[in-house]
Amino acid sequence: MMMGFYIVISQHNLIKKIVGLNVFQVSVFVFYISMGKVKGGTAPVFLDGFEIYSNPLPHVLILTAIVVGVATSALALALTVRIKDTYGTIEEDEIEALETEDQEKEKEGLP
Amino acid sequence: MVVIAYLLLRMHNLFAVVMMSGIYSLLAAVLYVIMDAVDVAFTEAAVGAGISTVLMLGTLALTSRRDKERTGNKPIPILIVTITGLLLIYGTLDMPPYGDPTAPIHHHVGRYYIDNSGEQVGPPNIVTSVLASYRGYDTLGEVTVIFTAAIGVMALIGRSRKRKKKLKTN
Repeated sequence: MMMGFYIVISQHNLIKKIVGLNVFQVSVFVFYISMGKVKGGTAPVFLDGFEIYSNPLPHVLILTAIVVGVATSALALALTVRIKDTYGTIEEDEIEALETEDQEKEKEGLP
Repeated sequence: MVVIAYLLLRMHNLFAVVMMSGIYSLLAAVLYVIMDAVDVAFTEAAVGAGISTVLMLGTLALTSRRDKERTGNKPIPILIVTITGLLLIYGTLDMPPYGDPTAPIHHHVGRYYIDNSGEQVGPPNIVTSVLASYRGYDTLGEVTVIFTAAIGVMALIGRSRKRKKKLKTN
């Protein structure tokens, strides 16, 4: 989990950051599912001969969370594409360098 | 999974990074099956490993294939990450043991769903009945989120493509 967090803060490439965010997310999902597990239980589907079921509630929550996670990462990827169109790069520090260059040019342009 | 995550951190070929993230999702799906969450495993394998890999490959096609290589670990992020990780581990210390049927999470609505959803809703799969019936509004919210995200993606990408076409014609 912390590996994903580290990728998010330390990497400069935007796509790699998004992948890191996914890794981070999955670890939270695993945490929730592990809370719902009951020892000796089975998947929460009614079948003859099974009495103990794992808790279905975390499963439902995580189902929703996975789909929402994909929606957000799709939006993030779309933003990445736009950034590439505008700046010509998807490396964070290069974008910052371009920004400061622009600002300096503006300052020089003003009297 | 830790090995895959480490490889993700170290690799610079973005195509390989995306493939590794797909493998990571599949491993997560296996983990869900072990912990009895078959529905979640299906979704993770289909959506996490399938759709998001396709989306990322599409982005790679529109942007660049390689990461700029940099060497050396950065001390400040490592410090922050270690502290946060230790705090989180400290937070899990007083959790009930894994698989304990008397844990507080199993005493509220979870029990009720298992006992009653068969009669009240019908489908043998409890997760389905909770998702579609008891927590139907959650699912409605989820659909709203997806819809908003789709509109956002279209607004971001669709416009830029049109503008490029205009520039070319001009």
